[in-house]
Amino acid sequence: MATRAPDRPAAAPPGRPVRARRGVRRHLVHQLDTKASPYAYVAPFFLLFSAFGLFPLAYTAWVSLHEWTLLEDEHAFIGLENFRTLLADDYFWNAAFNTLSIGVLSTVPQLLLAIWLAHLLNRPLRAQTFLRVTLLLPNVTSVVAVVVIFSQLFGRDFGMINWMLSWFGVGGVAWNEGVASSHAAISIMIMWRWTGYNALIFLAAMQAVPRELYEAATLDGASGLTQLRKITIPMIRPTIVFVVITSTIGAMQVMAEPLLFGSYMVTGGVDRQYQTLALFIYENFTRLDFGYASAISWMMFLFIIVIAGVNYLLTRRAKGSLT
Amino acid sequence: MSAAPPAPGAPTRAGTGRRRLDGARRLTYLTLLAVAFFSALPLYYSVVVASRDNAALAEVPPPLLPGGNFFANVARVFDTVPFALAITNSVIVAGSIALAVMFFSTLAGFAFAKLRFRGRNALLLLTVATMTVPTQLGIIPLYMLMVKLEWTGTLYALIVPALVSAFGVFFMTQYLSRALPTELLEAGRVDGCTTWGLFWHVVIPVARPAAAVLGMLTFMSAWNDYFWPLVVLTPENPTVQVALSTLAAGYVNDYVLGLAGTALGTLPLVVVFSLLGKQIIGGIMQGAVKG
Repeated sequence: MATRAPDRPAAAPPGRPVRARRGVRRHLVHQLDTKASPYAYVAPFFLLFSAFGLFPLAYTAWVSLHEWTLLEDEHAFIGLENFRTLLADDYFWNAAFNTLSIGVLSTVPQLLLAIWLAHLLNRPLRAQTFLRVTLLLPNVTSVVAVVVIFSQLFGRDFGMINWMLSWFGVGGVAWNEGVASSHAAISIMIMWRWTGYNALIFLAAMQAVPRELYEAATLDGASGLTQLRKITIPMIRPTIVFVVITSTIGAMQVMAEPLLFGSYMVTGGVDRQYQTLALFIYENFTRLDFGYASAISWMMFLFIIVIAGVNYLLTRRAKGSLT
Repeated sequence: MSAAPPAPGAPTRAGTGRRRLDGARRLTYLTLLAVAFFSALPLYYSVVVASRDNAALAEVPPPLLPGGNFFANVARVFDTVPFALAITNSVIVAGSIALAVMFFSTLAGFAFAKLRFRGRNALLLLTVATMTVPTQLGIIPLYMLMVKLEWTGTLYALIVPALVSAFGVFFMTQYLSRALPTELLEAGRVDGCTTWGLFWHVVIPVARPAAAVLGMLTFMSAWNDYFWPLVVLTPENPTVQVALSTLAAGYVNDYVLGLAGTALGTLPLVVVFSLLGKQIIGGIMQGAVKG
């Protein structure tokens, strides 16, 4: 700095030394401000996200290649051994099946119902705000609260749902004992919490569809259902793709529902009948087997990418058959 | 809708059309009310159970109206788990996360929406892409990191990793690129404002409504977060959700106790949401359109 300093006055025009020097300084500061500020403003997000979001995800891959428990300081590198064990582990495939089953049961009816509800809401109605707020109430309720409430509703002896079923001659279903019944119960909890939310996302997209299309269709005598199929769904396809992908990613990570539905059993029921992949990770985490848990995480990541990719292609391809 | 000039011969058609619409509309209302009913029913029933005693639950038919035991049950909740501490912790955690997310998202959103810099589009795309990254899968190294930092069992472990959100940045970028007039920024520049000065005096006042919605959404999701607090906290220093799960797990057959805790931890949020619901829903729907 000291050697450079004399250069500056020399560079300034001789006529008005003081004001020009200040002008140059001001110009430099301004330059620095406009060039650097944007980066400084987006930096907190990228730094924190890298440190606490991206780095852990990448480091999972490294841990998965080790015999790694929290209690030991030495972590032996064992290559793909964890993955080899995993692929031969029946509990893993059981968890994968449960995740898929609960995922399909909760997502497919949920999204169909959400589109239909959005379609119903997408017209001039009274009490729009009331209806929307009520639809979103379940989403404001925490997962823990949802499961605690529904565990009571699904209770075998005194649950309200079994009481209602008894009107139709169905007796005492033990919801958390069977595979199908527990998957159904968990799916209903997920659906209850997310259908309204997704309906509002669809509704937002539907409101951007030009009204004239519907008016023309009404004049042509097209029914509501036809309008939904021929106009609405093709027009909101990008949103449908978005919601299908995010719901898929969410469904693959279901963990709190099975954990709490089984009153905190990390195995997801006595016979692991509703242990999901995320819960299987947590089980190995509580056993402090971090290497194995990380290997499951990566397999799950792989599943998420594959299933989200397939769903993406399916939703995009559906275009042809619908229009 | 009826303003469209009728085609020849239309009047009769329009007449029957409207009558058919009325029938359809009644069906629409009935369906939507039924859905609203089932959305609210479990919450209502949790209040019913929370205000009864366990003996009443064994009756057939089950009780359908609230009883008078709510405060007695709530007192039992406070005796069983450190619920006052849990509420304090949750308020601190959700409050600081909401404030930080509002601030950092507005800052980054301003840069993305209105400042020109190299790599802007690529960085914005990267931000959107990170929204789909299942960060839950990195939970084991994140836990190891917290052990290294000696943050396990403390609120830092919940707050620091959640200070920023990709959704928040995207949300504020969307809002500011629409709502912040470029002329206003240019006028500020002419008056000699630095970029920081612009942010402070021009951007923040404009961003306030959207930032408030973002803050409420963030507060709610931080309040309801369960998996990560369960992993890093202990039952002695819990958040509301961790305390609730301790109740539900430790006292499996004591439904009244579990649901009294649930009602206590959920109802404040439900009430706030019902009052401010219109704004929050507007925010969710705005954030969704561009998705």
